[in-house]
Amino acid sequence: MTLSEWSYTLMVAAMVAYLLAFGLAALEWSSARGLGALRPEDGSEDVARTRVDFFGRLALFVTTMGAAMHIIAVVLRGVAAQRAPWGNMYEFITTAMAFGVILYLVFAYRFKMRWLGLPVDLLLSIGLGVAVTAFYVDVAPLVPALHSIWFIIHIVAAAIAGAAFNIGALTSILYLIRGRSERRAEEAGVQLRGYLAKLPSARRLDLISYRLIAFAVPLWTFTIVAGAIWAQYAWGRFWNWDPKETWSLVTWVVYVAYLHARATAGWRGRPAALIAILGVVAFWFNFIGVNLLFSGLHSYAGI
Amino acid sequence: MSGGRSRPVVEFLRWAWGQLTSMRTALALLFLLAIAAIPGSMIPQTSVSPIQVLDFKREHPTLDKIFEPLGMYHVYTSAAFSAVYLLLFVSLIGCILPRIAKYLRGVRKPPPRLPARVDRLPSTDTGPITVPTDVALDAAEGWLRSKRYRTLRSADGISAERGYLREAGNLVFHISLVAVLLGLAWSNLLGFHGTAVVVEGRGFSNAITQYDDFTSGPMTDTDALEPFSIDVDSFTAEFETGSVQRGAARRFDANVTVNDASGTRKELLTVNEPVLTAGGSQVNLLGHGYAPTFTVRDGKGDVAFSGPVVFLPQDGNFASIGVVKVPDARPQRLAFEAFFYPTAVLGKNGPSSVFPDALNPEVYLNAWHGDPVKETGIPESVYTLNTSGLTQFTGDGGEPLRAALVVGGGMTLPDGLGSITFDGWKRWVKLQVSQTPGNLATLVSIAIGVAGLCVSLFVRPRRLFVRIGDGVATVGGLDRTDAASGLDEEVAHLLVAATQGQPHPADQLTSEESTP
Repeated sequence: MTLSEWSYTLMVAAMVAYLLAFGLAALEWSSARGLGALRPEDGSEDVARTRVDFFGRLALFVTTMGAAMHIIAVVLRGVAAQRAPWGNMYEFITTAMAFGVILYLVFAYRFKMRWLGLPVDLLLSIGLGVAVTAFYVDVAPLVPALHSIWFIIHIVAAAIAGAAFNIGALTSILYLIRGRSERRAEEAGVQLRGYLAKLPSARRLDLISYRLIAFAVPLWTFTIVAGAIWAQYAWGRFWNWDPKETWSLVTWVVYVAYLHARATAGWRGRPAALIAILGVVAFWFNFIGVNLLFSGLHSYAGI
Repeated sequence: MSGGRSRPVVEFLRWAWGQLTSMRTALALLFLLAIAAIPGSMIPQTSVSPIQVLDFKREHPTLDKIFEPLGMYHVYTSAAFSAVYLLLFVSLIGCILPRIAKYLRGVRKPPPRLPARVDRLPSTDTGPITVPTDVALDAAEGWLRSKRYRTLRSADGISAERGYLREAGNLVFHISLVAVLLGLAWSNLLGFHGTAVVVEGRGFSNAITQYDDFTSGPMTDTDALEPFSIDVDSFTAEFETGSVQRGAARRFDANVTVNDASGTRKELLTVNEPVLTAGGSQVNLLGHGYAPTFTVRDGKGDVAFSGPVVFLPQDGNFASIGVVKVPDARPQRLAFEAFFYPTAVLGKNGPSSVFPDALNPEVYLNAWHGDPVKETGIPESVYTLNTSGLTQFTGDGGEPLRAALVVGGGMTLPDGLGSITFDGWKRWVKLQVSQTPGNLATLVSIAIGVAGLCVSLFVRPRRLFVRIGDGVATVGGLDRTDAASGLDEEVAHLLVAATQGQPHPADQLTSEESTP
């Protein structure tokens, strides 16, 4: 097999691993059904709790294996193409997902955030699944427009910011779910049970989303600015209102609105979380919708 | 002011200003800006691609009736879009001006006084002190200083604050946005950009008459453009010949000779490497195409035309169309409508090009003749043929006369009216010349703005207090942002520093901390 075939095979294997990890994480969630937030002193839940933990550990282990294959696949793709592996849609999405899984693994091992596994594994398997089935193209050199140092800077910043935006949206979704069940539990006057009880509090989830997005917004700003500087070199105009540029700006404005919403009475909490989700929708539309629906200067989809 | 006569206009203006500068309005305007920008990405824009706009109008006449009056073909210069971003900036300025004043008043102030009940703060801890009060306070102050807190000491305690930079970063970010807007305005008012098509072997000199299209700001003096010229000595294009992405562009290199105030020099002009002139004009290579060369002889046998003709590419494989006009041919003037296929293949639906490089160039043309006309001086398109006053040559069966020519091939016109030969081809490049004088100011503003944004997002203001009384130290702290972490740890550290009388007791603590 050639290098690029090895890369593709590993990418498919990583996708399967993520799918498996998603299944295990789903088992982790479902087997936690009915369990309380704290371990009862009498040890009556110990067997069930051990099972939950087992599935959780296994899911994380499989995700880690998937991540190893995924990262090797991305690197091999770059070696095969003899350039940075983010020159078309397939390469961008696999690279962005690689940054996403690295972010998740750091969170899981360093900050004990294994509970993010279920949505992250789902995101990774869908992302890689779409990449290997719909977006795949063979290795090819770049068009002259991409022969620039800004190609590396601009796109790697976009990929890292994208990874953080995506995980931030996932924690925002978890925030909405957990917040709802917290309110319901309070209304019913009962303790929260099941896997949701094991998640951090809604307040904490909101904070995690904020930190991810606060990390990503300056990076996204930099992405746009780097793109503008590059455009000045490549096209002699730093801003052309190309659909990709427009949607980058729309995404930026939505996330700026998110930051402001968190500081505005009446917009904290649920509305802010919804804005974070809206932001990631704009991000994905910019990636998939703009590449496939509109023609513009950023026509590098390779499909 | 209060207690004076009520003045409804002033009251209204004050109310309106308050509304405009509120955070809610800013949020609404941000969303409005995002929404207002979207149509421009979906509907073709005149400023981006006038040809696409014309195509769109032709294909969607019903939508056009709605879009045209709404100004949907120039969304980003429309009054509505401008109103949204200008209001946003007014709101921004109105929001930050009072905050700047407040910040300047507050930045030199010492931390707030010690609260009466330190133990009511969000995070508190107490412990008995083992050293005299003075020593304890010295140690606490030493620790706080080492953590870059600003401190205010009183007889029985210390208040401390850090994170003043957060608000400064926030203000810098917002001010820099205004500066960015001014930089963009500067470029727009004093800048220009224009394009010109130049055939290999020919040149371009920077005068407004040489441009095919030209856009300048209202304050640009178009009669005093920087004097320089560029000769396109040669142009090389390479395309992918492998099976993956076959036909995709691989290399565009133009060897040019630049002649400007600093002398004459040879440069390589390629896609990501524009040529900069001495006077600050930037020359970019934006596109390329084919210019087949023809020789036309007229009915008298004289050469009435000879040279390259710029053809416009119609698809990715550079099937191109063009017109050869020979107004000087006698006794009849001549004109030819032609298609150029760089890699020609004759299929069921007629000829087409299957590869962008000129591997098998062919020209398909038809011919027209008419009585000579006087030069009117009215400009006409060099890419389309106005057939009024012209008659198409026809073949024996009365059908229009057509010819397919390979390089070196020719066609003799009926009735001894002349002939045309297809001599070969050259390439042309589309050069863009631009000046954007505000760019540096804009870039510096953005860089400062991003730095300010980072400071405002990552600096976490915090207040810590320590009160000592009755042999007990009480430490309390509060975060002034909700995203901070580590408050409890700092409270614990400060308590240890105060109770043990050592400003740096952290060594003992870190080992305990690592196992939460």
